[in-house]
Amino acid sequence: MSAADAIVNANRLLLRKLLVVSVLMFGFAFALVPFYEKICEVAGLRDIFRSDEVAAKNTQVDMSRSVLVEFDSNTQRLAWTFRPLALGLAAHPGAVMQVEYEVRNTLDRPVTGQAVPSYGPQRAAQYFRKLECFCFQQQTLAPGEVRRMPVVFVIDPDLPKDIGTITLSYTFFEVAGTQKRPG
Amino acid sequence: MSAALDTHGKAHDGHDDHGDHGHHTPTGFMRWVTTTNHKDIGTMYLWFSFAMFLFGGAMAMIIRAELFQPGMQIVTPEFFNSMTTYHGLVMVFGAIMPAFVGFANWQIPMMIGAPDMAFPRMNNWSFWLLPPAAILLVASFLVPGGGAGVGWTMYAPLTTQMGPGMDLTIFAVHILGMSSIMGSINIITTILNLRAPGMTLMKMPLFVWTWLITAYLLVASMPVLAGAVTMTLTDRHFGTSFFNAAGGGDPVLYQHIFWFFGHPEVYIIAIPAFGVVSQVIPAFSRKPLFGYASMVYATSSIAILSFMVWAHHMYVVGMPVAGQLYFMYATMLIAVPTGVKVFNWVATMWKGSLTFETPMLFALGFLFLFTLGGFTGLVLAMTVVDVQLQDTYYVVAHFHYVMVAGALFSAFAGVYFWFPKWTGKMYDETLGKWHFWLSIIFFNVTFFVQHFLGLAGMPRRIPDYALQFTEFNQISSIGAFGFGLSQVFFLYIIIKAIRSGEKAPQLPWDGADTLEWTHLPTPAPYHTFENPPTVK
Ligand code: HEM
Ligand SMILES: [Cu+2]
Repeated sequence: MSAADAIVNANRLLLRKLLVVSVLMFGFAFALVPFYEKICEVAGLRDIFRSDEVAAKNTQVDMSRSVLVEFDSNTQRLAWTFRPLALGLAAHPGAVMQVEYEVRNTLDRPVTGQAVPSYGPQRAAQYFRKLECFCFQQQTLAPGEVRRMPVVFVIDPDLPKDIGTITLSYTFFEVAGTQKRPG
Repeated sequence: MSAALDTHGKAHDGHDDHGDHGHHTPTGFMRWVTTTNHKDIGTMYLWFSFAMFLFGGAMAMIIRAELFQPGMQIVTPEFFNSMTTYHGLVMVFGAIMPAFVGFANWQIPMMIGAPDMAFPRMNNWSFWLLPPAAILLVASFLVPGGGAGVGWTMYAPLTTQMGPGMDLTIFAVHILGMSSIMGSINIITTILNLRAPGMTLMKMPLFVWTWLITAYLLVASMPVLAGAVTMTLTDRHFGTSFFNAAGGGDPVLYQHIFWFFGHPEVYIIAIPAFGVVSQVIPAFSRKPLFGYASMVYATSSIAILSFMVWAHHMYVVGMPVAGQLYFMYATMLIAVPTGVKVFNWVATMWKGSLTFETPMLFALGFLFLFTLGGFTGLVLAMTVVDVQLQDTYYVVAHFHYVMVAGALFSAFAGVYFWFPKWTGKMYDETLGKWHFWLSIIFFNVTFFVQHFLGLAGMPRRIPDYALQFTEFNQISSIGAFGFGLSQVFFLYIIIKAIRSGEKAPQLPWDGADTLEWTHLPTPAPYHTFENPPTVK
């Protein structure tokens, strides 16, 4: 084998190795997905779909103040009507409260949706403990079905004093990949 | 650059002289389409990146024109958002990165004594993937919904809600990534396998070293970006939920994947710039580079560390405190090897016989202003400070100091430095100095005040702002128009030099001592080092 051939072969070998590295790194991006989920699980992050634990000390009701809780509802690219039955209520921190939301599937096919909560102001989120919520599971509604769903919550008495109003907002998304295609 | 504007005939002579090809050599446009010569391809990369630089610059002018006054004057908010998006994408992927690949193509074979790149035909492909990507980016303005207004970081969930312009942008990123990966494989193979006898790794010019390291960074990080935008694409069209909270995904995941690519990317831009400056400063100090080996080790450790600091872009996503502290200290650690490099450049000049021609001026501009950008980077690295400054104009000022005054100035230094070798002509030294002083003054007028705007709380990526920010924004806009015009002036300097520049002497810079200066005629002939030199 001549020297020139030897170089060509060495070049091809290196080319192949580097291509393998690129393909592996492409796969690595996808491997980050389960890895990230595991980290979040271990670190206890991203537990918005779980019921919050209420520590014993929080059962004390703080009668000295009340917080206005406003309810909001949205849908994202999903033909459901979705509304809270009350627009707002006043809650004492530490007291267990309940509200209801009503949702109606206006489509002629069963649809599965998932509600995602968010809070305003954002820093109120950590003091807003949901004991029961329709957002803990996916909801599947038959064509035209109407459903009333409760939310049970406690506001942590440690809520900073300057927060007088909390807005709880839900957005319903269609869960991708669950819709039955006709035929 | 010569060949592009030189009379075509002359370049052909070079080709035809070389009669051993035995087949017909295409002429005119087809010559450029089919060329596999590293010098031709380097030339095309440089002109392409300059065209993209003007395109991205034009978008910057629109941004600064809109921000000249509070309120909405010139464009709609949607269009403004797409301007910031494509300005960022075009400058990073279209202007700065291809410019340094252009340098790599011209210089690496000549500096290591190789006849060409290892895979000349793949080299041709790497370049010709770029124009289609640029066309896709422009085309995304023409589809319903217009260009994507998501920012160059392309964060989910906004990207999952955009019109078809987003899809075209994603495809463009895919193609740009493929081009970079092919280019990098070529560069690594050339450097590792085609060095002239005696050219050991630790004898290579530092520019070659920085490109070897950069090419590895590209091979390891570009595919991760491709993965991130592919997931965005499947979320948009194929019912996956990587970043869709309702389907069990998480938009924050996108940021992790993006910045796993994104921080190495900033060093992909910066490290070749370090390389150019490491050739220019010794040449004009007439002394060898101080601490060559420590430069190699510092650059390598910067490259390795750059994969471990990505979440300093994400301090406000709700990371646990332990995570914030880790990313803060790891980021600050990068300042140590970076400091080593800065001190080495300064020590190179110490007691040198300095002269200040245009390449040296741009290298010094780089040295001052890149260091300043590094300092503001350290400020942003502090998690408690970044919570305040994230997404303000302070960040904009920071990364323009490292990318414009850093990478771009270094590219200017390189163009002036190697121009005689490439074309056999000299640029007009007086005009070059004007270009430098106009650029550095207008650069600072544009971006220095943005530090104050950011500290005062002006957010980035907005078309309108509160009245108290007006004066600083007007100063910044005036600076930006001046900076833009100075770059059109640069185009004039280059064209004038190609057309009617004086004939360059064999060794225009007496301190330059790498192979392309010591072993090759000026201008470099079309084919060089077909018989490798022996390096002692
Ligand atoms: C070497 C060249 C560098 C380049 C090209 C560069 C580029 C950038 C860019 C484009 C951003 C904006 C990210 C966004 O979209 O928000 C950024 C942010 C940042 N940079 Fe750099 N950077 C460089 C060096 C550094 C250094 C040396 C440090 C610190 C030691 C640093 C620390 C940071 C931090 C902490 C942020 C995040 C700021 C924020 O998001 O609020 N950078 N950089
Ligand atoms: Cu970074």
